[in-house]
Amino acid sequence: MKGAVVIDTERCKGCNLCAVACPLNLLELTPHVNLKGYRYVAQLNPDACNGCASCAIVCPDACITVYRTRTE
Amino acid sequence: MSKEEIIQPQNLVYQKPRLMNDNPMHYCPGCSHGVVHKLVAEVIDEMGMTDHTVGISPVGCAVFAYNYLDIDWQEAAHGRAPALATAIKRLWPDRLVFTYQGDGDLACIGTAETIHALNRGEHITIIFINNAIYGMTGGQMAPTTLMGQKTSTCPYGRQADLHGFPLHITDIAATLEGTCYVTRQSVHTVAAIRKAKAAIRKAFENSMAGKGSNLVEIVSTCSSGWKLTPAEANQWMAEHMFPYYPLGDLKDI
Repeated sequence: MKGAVVIDTERCKGCNLCAVACPLNLLELTPHVNLKGYRYVAQLNPDACNGCASCAIVCPDACITVYRTRTE
Repeated sequence: MSKEEIIQPQNLVYQKPRLMNDNPMHYCPGCSHGVVHKLVAEVIDEMGMTDHTVGISPVGCAVFAYNYLDIDWQEAAHGRAPALATAIKRLWPDRLVFTYQGDGDLACIGTAETIHALNRGEHITIIFINNAIYGMTGGQMAPTTLMGQKTSTCPYGRQADLHGFPLHITDIAATLEGTCYVTRQSVHTVAAIRKAKAAIRKAFENSMAGKGSNLVEIVSTCSSGWKLTPAEANQWMAEHMFPYYPLGDLKDI
């Protein structure tokens, strides 16, 4: 399985719950801030993502869209 | 395979619920309200009830719920959401009617409305967000505040001789003859969120089937009121709230 996430960084409030929920620890708060002044999350190693969607399910602000595909 | 190749419509597995609009939510970072809003939006969409649902938003943090979900909403006076839901459901029996209330709204000022609406067996669902504190007004003690828990109005912790005991209103609801489904859930992990969604779906289906009234309590966090980070708040909830408010179905007939 290969996955990819798209994060709406302007909607993100930097609560970090997605980073805690990610079983592969691929998400981390960046030092950058969005227009509202919140630090937002980004994926550290996008190639390792398996698209389990844990991050998106726990995100209280519905910032994360998840895609997943099967690789042969 | 590159990220661009994976990001194709046929590979989509999770996105913002269709009924949730682009308005940024006013909730604090990490607030459980956002997750429960998503679950409500998903369940209504999956049931195909988008045009036949009326939500009642309370006074409390969820007062602006009508800004975020594109369904019909009605705002109620503080605590009176179940009374309003009763009226709407009786006048419009084909509608899915639910209230969305916090613990200060449901278990304090609206205790009478809540208990009587549930006891009459109105065919409504009450979604009860219990974070053991008054979140919107600045973290004051609520009826559901735990023993020893510090809030802005009991800075030395809740004491039985001064403040009384936490109100287990969901357990009271389970003893009423009018209720058909009473459950207590949480949204702190992926597994808990899936269970909470199933519970909300069941409650909504029961209310449309005319089985009786439904109460879904969601034990929630208030990281701002508890003065913890969102992740610490989830941990604190699991350690301190769950022993007082154990998860599971209290009544299911």
